[in-house]
Amino acid sequence: MPTKNTVELESVSKLYGSFAALRKVTAQFPVGQCCVILGENGAGKSTLLRVIAGLLHPTLGSVRVLDAPASQNVRERIGYLSHASMLYDELSALENLRYFSALNAGTEMMPAAEALRLVGLKAELERPVGQYSQGMRQRAALARVLLAQPDLLLLDEPFSNVDAASVEQMQRVLLTLRSRGCTILLTTHQPELTRPLADRYCHMRQGAIASWSEGSAA
Amino acid sequence: MKRLLWIAVPVTLALLVQGFREAIFVAPTEATMGNIQRIFYYHVTSAWMAFLMFFLSFCASVAYLMFRRSQPFRAEAADAFALATAELGVVFCSVVLISGPLWARPVWGIWWTWDERLTSTLMLWLIYVSYLLLRRFSAGAQSYTLAAVLSVFGFLDVPIVYMSTRWWRTQHPAPVIGGGPNSGLDPSMWPAVWWNLAAWFAWGMVLLTLRYQLERKRQREAQEAALHALESDLALGSQER
Amino acid sequence: MSYARIVWAHLCKDLRLEWRSKDAINGMLFFSLLVVVLFSFAFDPTTAVSRQIAGGILWVALLFATVTALNQTWTRELRNSVLDAQRMAPAAPSALFLAKVLANFFFVTAVQVILAPVFIIFYNLHALGQGWLLWIVLPLGTLALVINGTFFGALSLRTRNRELLLPLILFPISIPAVLAMVEATTAILTGEYDPGLWIRLLAGYDVIFTTISLLLFATVLHAE
Repeated sequence: MPTKNTVELESVSKLYGSFAALRKVTAQFPVGQCCVILGENGAGKSTLLRVIAGLLHPTLGSVRVLDAPASQNVRERIGYLSHASMLYDELSALENLRYFSALNAGTEMMPAAEALRLVGLKAELERPVGQYSQGMRQRAALARVLLAQPDLLLLDEPFSNVDAASVEQMQRVLLTLRSRGCTILLTTHQPELTRPLADRYCHMRQGAIASWSEGSAA
Repeated sequence: MKRLLWIAVPVTLALLVQGFREAIFVAPTEATMGNIQRIFYYHVTSAWMAFLMFFLSFCASVAYLMFRRSQPFRAEAADAFALATAELGVVFCSVVLISGPLWARPVWGIWWTWDERLTSTLMLWLIYVSYLLLRRFSAGAQSYTLAAVLSVFGFLDVPIVYMSTRWWRTQHPAPVIGGGPNSGLDPSMWPAVWWNLAAWFAWGMVLLTLRYQLERKRQREAQEAALHALESDLALGSQER
Repeated sequence: MSYARIVWAHLCKDLRLEWRSKDAINGMLFFSLLVVVLFSFAFDPTTAVSRQIAGGILWVALLFATVTALNQTWTRELRNSVLDAQRMAPAAPSALFLAKVLANFFFVTAVQVILAPVFIIFYNLHALGQGWLLWIVLPLGTLALVINGTFFGALSLRTRNRELLLPLILFPISIPAVLAMVEATTAILTGEYDPGLWIRLLAGYDVIFTTISLLLFATVLHAE
């Protein structure tokens, strides 16, 4: 029986020495919703996503993701994407995706060519990812996340420096995912790009959640 | 704790004086080596203390690795202990490496020889200096974990180092003056050894306590500063709203 | 079985990356060549002496060369934050480590294959002991360098001055291994004593450090 919330944060703090990157963040992110996290640089958006992804261990507080404590292994059901492509520059998109598919042995994976087609890239493209434009690279990065057909998608500035056509393509993919019940958490500096997606906006300031507001997508 | 130190420091000083008296004035002059042999009382006790410190550091590192997730605050204490013991170990090991050649020059006629004990002590010193360097070059909780891992590697390396240098010397017939002063110590010399061991053990423990507390204080201050920042800025934030 | 397949996927990726960029192997090859040449100026390599010192020079050259390559292999994972993707992948972290060790082993061996003839010519060498034993000593020694090197490469990856730090922590730990490989090689080249003891030491060193590296790699990878 699935819970209503994909992510539950209970007074989560992350301290770096005497600097608090996250301060007592308590929040729930319901299944199938897209929440856009807004805030200035250093407001703790990226840290929040990395804590949820399990890449950072919170100093205080508890994180439950997909009905499991963060220490438990639910990583294959989480897709994490940052503004870096997380792909090898020397390999082509298809080679990159095939490689990452191979690491998820035992789980049902989307074929690499299929994932590339979804984000509007040609699988036959032989060029290494390093020679792609930023928009194409970001779409390839999104394709990598799609492979595992995740239940939770964490996107850290996915649209930064991406051309308009690529943004539109990525939005289409994300909308399809959301309609299938995938929970999406997204940070951005450009809220206007997320208007078609956002169910809710979460405003962060100085490592804490300052306020919430409703999105237009609902 | 502070009161304990008030007792420990004078006791340690008294022990050091007594150890000095035993080593320099009471213990008989060695027949062949003469007065220079008296370095031995400091050299050997430092060596034992160095090994003890490195062993404690290894134990603390393992404890840190085991508890860093489940009990982060206790683990930090283990890390502070690992750091304090490693630093003291390096200090004692340096004493060994300096006092050794001072003794060897008049007795063996050479400052240094690549014999098994000298070589493995030097390796030990190098490994723990690299441990301290790693701690300098990395920051935050990451540094604790990485240092603890290196400490485990270093400690496991010690027996291998010892065996390899031992085989190395037996392979190469070289003019090593064998035995060393440890072979057959005259009974009249033992009191000086024990007094000095007690004295330097006490000295080491006092320094260890101080260093450990200093590191704990640093950790606690960082924690408190962070928690303070956590609370105060939240309040500030709500006022603005 | 699936573990082996994951290791294979990592290994193919590393070999392919190296094949496309050739950063590590070129640097390593030229570097070790330079060391060999420099040492032959420093120590006059007449035949009588050369047998005594060749083992040492060979391994010191390889040790330095390995360090230059090891920095490359992990920096690659840091670029574009691929390391985050690796940490998120459900595959066992030790598979990543094992594959990197194998890949680095392959690179260093390739360098040895190219370097060996140069070495024999420069130092006018032929083994007086049992030459075939070199076929055991070389892989064992390379493995010892590469295991610790790869592990400490990962360990120093997120520290300041990582390129400086790697040799500083790698060399002290590797000293017994270096001693064993140099002694074994010298024993074989001069034929004056039996290298068996040193080969066993090297094998033991490899087993011990492979085990603890595999056990502790996840800790190092997820250290924050």
